[in-house]
Amino acid sequence: MAEVRQGCELFESGHRACGGCGPALAARLLLKATGENVIIVASTGCMEVFSTPYPETAWKVPWIHSLFENAAAVASGIDAALKKQGRDEKVVCVCGDGATFDIGVLCISGAFERGHDITYICYDNEAYMNTGIQRSGATPYDASTTTSPAGRCSLGNVHQKKDMPGILAAHGAPYVATASVAFPNDFMQKVERAVNTPGPTYVQVHAPCCTGWGFESGETLAIGKLAIETGLWVNYEMVDGEVVKAKKVRRKPVEEYLSRQRRFRHLFKPVRRDDEIAKIQAIADRNAEKFGIDIRRKE
Amino acid sequence: MMEIMEGSHAVAEIVKYCRPQVIAAYPITPQTHIVEALAQMVANCEIDAEYITVESEFSALSACLGASAAGSRVYSATTSQGLALMFEVCFNVAGMRQPVVMSIANRSLGAPLSIWNDQQDSISLRDSGWIQLYAEDNQEAADLHLIAYRVCEDHSVLLPAFVCFDGFILSHTYEPVDMPTQEEVDGYLPPFVPYQRLDAKDPLSMGMYATPEYYMEFRYEIDRAMQRAKQVLVRAGTEFSEQFGRDYTGLVEGYRLDGADTALVAMGSICGTVKDAVDEMRDAGKKVGLLKIRTFRPFPAPEIADALRDVGTVAVLDKNISLGNSGAVGTEVKAALYGSGIRVLDYIIGLGGRDVRKEDIAKIVDLAEKGEGDMFYGLRTEVL
Amino acid sequence: MPLQVGCAARPGKARENKTGAWRVFRPVVEREVCTKCGMCALVCPEGCVEETEDETYVVDLDYCKGCGICAEVCPKKAIRMEREEK
Repeated sequence: MAEVRQGCELFESGHRACGGCGPALAARLLLKATGENVIIVASTGCMEVFSTPYPETAWKVPWIHSLFENAAAVASGIDAALKKQGRDEKVVCVCGDGATFDIGVLCISGAFERGHDITYICYDNEAYMNTGIQRSGATPYDASTTTSPAGRCSLGNVHQKKDMPGILAAHGAPYVATASVAFPNDFMQKVERAVNTPGPTYVQVHAPCCTGWGFESGETLAIGKLAIETGLWVNYEMVDGEVVKAKKVRRKPVEEYLSRQRRFRHLFKPVRRDDEIAKIQAIADRNAEKFGIDIRRKE
Repeated sequence: MMEIMEGSHAVAEIVKYCRPQVIAAYPITPQTHIVEALAQMVANCEIDAEYITVESEFSALSACLGASAAGSRVYSATTSQGLALMFEVCFNVAGMRQPVVMSIANRSLGAPLSIWNDQQDSISLRDSGWIQLYAEDNQEAADLHLIAYRVCEDHSVLLPAFVCFDGFILSHTYEPVDMPTQEEVDGYLPPFVPYQRLDAKDPLSMGMYATPEYYMEFRYEIDRAMQRAKQVLVRAGTEFSEQFGRDYTGLVEGYRLDGADTALVAMGSICGTVKDAVDEMRDAGKKVGLLKIRTFRPFPAPEIADALRDVGTVAVLDKNISLGNSGAVGTEVKAALYGSGIRVLDYIIGLGGRDVRKEDIAKIVDLAEKGEGDMFYGLRTEVL
Repeated sequence: MPLQVGCAARPGKARENKTGAWRVFRPVVEREVCTKCGMCALVCPEGCVEETEDETYVVDLDYCKGCGICAEVCPKKAIRMEREEK
């Protein structure tokens, strides 16, 4: 076999993510922030599958995958073992939104309540992408997925996104943050702060999925940026349960975000659903109000 | 030193001497006395371990998996519904080749809900890749933990193990137990040397997924490790016998099988009752013996066939039922004796804590000798 | 190579999977326009945009899947996507 030149990335080229994959970018960026002295605990999901078909691992740091829903519990055990052995590696879970918002909540709640020194990073692409774009507790209102499809009597997902950062802040987590791959430096700074804060910390990173959401692969960051500019995703930090910082924006109408994605196409065709778009605008307005993100023009 | 001890406390005491670094367990009857005792030992600094008070059995075993992968010796204990909740993690721990040792205080599975003993819980995980050892009494329950750690952590095995002992019947019963000292245990069980571990200085990806190109070979490797575990169990049992004077050289153990026409086959605490019944029947001139299966996984089929080669009839006592077929041990003993011409009959007994007495054993022998079997024994027909 | 116990593996093997073969469009960097800001390297999901010794950026076409994120984010529009001719 021809000699393969080794790269200098901790998350290596050669993984099998779709071109333009938000989660793959999140993996690369978060490892830049954690550095080498880390143990990654993965849940089953897109990232696990595209980065570790035996024996082709893309991870140049220690990495473990057990099941879909138990990353936080596995991390708890690793944390306890490292403590007993007097080791100082950072323990970082990297899990999708299905594993985090839905099936893994029990284990996450337990780990956060016990106060393990772990960082839990959820790469949020807002549906079960690995199994074919089914809705999760992180899927936004009206998004069409394969289990919440738009149809003659459906406008897509009927529920609003679960407030996972709020739930974990309520556990007493000393640091909780949201981020987006569209703002890579901000994301890396938040990961760095999270891993260096003792106790259980949480970072939820918006990771647009071109395949699942329906946009061109080159637009991953542009879509992520629009989510923030419309107020449908807010980048904020919570310290000891209080919001201490939120990214301010000059808000654009939510339509600019929705109209560029196939998952919201039914709101525009065959007939434009102004009523539904208004409901989503109201979600953005509530976000803006709650986090105070609006930059107001001087009167 | 000989002490009168509750089964659960004997287990907790020996686990302490095994020096686990991480203990993760969730309370469930009748396992609670073990983990309460260990938690107290941690609270008193009698044991240098992290005790993780997990929020479920599912997390208990998941945490053990993580700690083991990070290079620590680990311990957990559960039973019944708790073990059922661990189902997915059990297969995973074995597949990831982590030498986790877990006590099972055997209990029935609902519905109907029952806290009392049978062996349905651990038997239901027979295909999961865990070594399964069954104890007859509290001494054996304690001793088997030492042997289990030795065998599981052997680099030619690297598999997890259940050490099974009957809930309440052993876990809550006081018996004399010869408890070794810490020095004696240290002399038998060396410190844990992980085969590989999560370590930033030497990165490794663990628990990757396997395509059809590799999956079967990985499963084959686990099965081979299970087969190798037989020899390692015999070796560890022999060394145990030499050091402590109690005999664990065999995967199975015969009792008065010489010249027996009929043999009973059983696992766990029922073996004590069967031995008494056998003694009485022998005194009455009946040629009866017992074959105790201590190691259910790996299944000692050749050893069973060899031990039973001279008997005419075999009566298997099963504290479990594979609904729609028969008892698991009976099925496997029949397979082990296939073609031998020996008649094998299966009896489902003692489910959900139903008492089994010496006279029941004698009745089962009578039934077997008449060729009546493959049945539930001891049903209260008046409520059917 | 014999299987590693527990479906584990050492790093290094992913790079044997040359994902460049997936590509339909190829990024072409116009060096004269590039201001060497490094945004393209930062946001590449493959991590295959590398800084060279003379501080310019090159795409490792062995791995580039042609997603076009680099072209989209480049503040100077110094990267254009050209259809691969196969």
